[in-house]
Amino acid sequence: MLRQVEGSKAVADTVAACRPQVICAYPISPQTHIVEGLSQLVKNSSLLGCEFINVESEFAAMSVAIGASATGARTYTATASQGLLYMVEAVYNASGLGLPIVMTVANRAIGAPINIWNDHSDSMSQRDSGWIQLYAETNQEAADLHVQAFKIAEELSLPVMVCMDGFILTHAYERVDVPDQDQVDRYLPPFTPRQVLDPTDPLSIGAMVGPEAFTEVKYMSHMKNLQALDVIAQAGDDFTAIFNRDSGGLLRGYKLAGAETVIIALGSVLGTIKDVVDEMRADGLPIGVLGIIAFRPFPFELLRNMLSGAKRVVVLEKAFQLGIGGIVIENVRTSLRGTTTKDFNVIAGLGGRPITKASLRSYFDKAHYDNVADLTFLDLDQQLADHEIAREAGN
Amino acid sequence: MFQVRIHGRGGQGVVTAAELLAQAAFDESRFAQAFPSFGSERTGAPVVAFARIADTEIRVREPIMSPDAVIIQDSTLLKQVDVFSGLKKDGFALINSTRTFDQLGIADIAGSNPHFITVPATAMAMQYLGRPVPNAVLLGAFAALTKSISLHSVTDAINEKFKPKVAASNVAAATAAYEYVLEMVAAHA
Repeated sequence: MLRQVEGSKAVADTVAACRPQVICAYPISPQTHIVEGLSQLVKNSSLLGCEFINVESEFAAMSVAIGASATGARTYTATASQGLLYMVEAVYNASGLGLPIVMTVANRAIGAPINIWNDHSDSMSQRDSGWIQLYAETNQEAADLHVQAFKIAEELSLPVMVCMDGFILTHAYERVDVPDQDQVDRYLPPFTPRQVLDPTDPLSIGAMVGPEAFTEVKYMSHMKNLQALDVIAQAGDDFTAIFNRDSGGLLRGYKLAGAETVIIALGSVLGTIKDVVDEMRADGLPIGVLGIIAFRPFPFELLRNMLSGAKRVVVLEKAFQLGIGGIVIENVRTSLRGTTTKDFNVIAGLGGRPITKASLRSYFDKAHYDNVADLTFLDLDQQLADHEIAREAGN
Repeated sequence: MFQVRIHGRGGQGVVTAAELLAQAAFDESRFAQAFPSFGSERTGAPVVAFARIADTEIRVREPIMSPDAVIIQDSTLLKQVDVFSGLKKDGFALINSTRTFDQLGIADIAGSNPHFITVPATAMAMQYLGRPVPNAVLLGAFAALTKSISLHSVTDAINEKFKPKVAASNVAAATAAYEYVLEMVAAHA
């Protein structure tokens, strides 16, 4: 139903429509409104057949989610920032055990220094955890991706993280066509687990694997992740067939036809980028956008094909590797290996710094003529940073 | 696109006001976006919320730096925060106060702009609600001042957002503020 609604509420109602059987989460900003919304739906009997389990920490939340999923329950949790880091040991176990848990990450920076605002440092830290990672551009897509996430997770027996920008999306109150129950039911069949922990029919999962087979187990996981690319794309197509809108999938191009410069990004900043690109197109500059929805696994081949006409790419990301540079750009470079496409990296929006159209326009105008450094920190106060660096060096 | 920035203090319903405005626009089948300034909100601390209204999909996610209108829910902020920062030429300013522009110390900026107005919204809130919560009241005034949204949509939004009893008193207060501003504007015309 079309509603003017807070992003968190839209996600809570959508997750409820997916008929989860166990929800276990620990509150942390900016994820809080999502789990509050779900706890209310369970308490007021709007979400029947679901147990909402309170726990003392994120580590416990993921541990309970693992237990619940292993017994064959459709299981959901949500977190952000330090909360995600606190559950990391269990995060890897969820994927290693092949448990189709769906988790929302309300993207937020990681301390120190402590910061409650948005960037992608939290989910990017889990890029090698074996979870599928999907990034939402709008609250409509955030809602829709949750429906697709359960389908993808259960089809592959792999957990899925749905990443949505904290505050920028979770706290934005905007138009969302919240998926209707009957549509969700048509799209998402009841969960049929491949194996379940059942006291009346005992089995072991997660038994120790020694050097003689560990490589093979990891190789199998690798192959399953590669297979996920087709499943994610299909889940997006199937979604469109029932819901009549384009949501999800692997990548989304915008004005790529004839684009010499292509801006690559993930998440809600794509909206602002598209507005800037429209203005630049109106000024006659051949520029386009490529949004990454599926970051894990990474759609190398599709990305390369979609960039076949580009002379240069600009990869804008909200997280980076200290002393190295961007994370996403390394995957883009792997995709483009052997081509003559140039690449530039811009780090933006760290710790919630607003990414403005004016700053983007100024940077893109230069990047279009290769007139930017390989690595740029957007809106960096260079003078302040240099002063502090000199002070720390005792100069 | 019509862009609004709302300044107030924690506890005054600043974020709710932005959401009501977006809801009112949605009720007119238009596109709207409301969002807070994402601080660590505390009662009494300066708070900012934003609302955008447009006839097409809104994609931009930057804070509103050049508003078409500002709503100032607490006039003590005038000395503390640059509430008119980036306000468009001939932009609208709606200030909750019983004092004159001179007394508020904004005669220089407000004097030449016919779209600046003060409304005793807290007094109206006390009269109709019995509580000093001026947010919904000011939206009635906002509808009259800017014509960017109808009073009917504002009262619809209030009725959707609040429980019936609270909604009814807020609707009465918003309607009174709407009429107050129409009279003020007519008196100055």
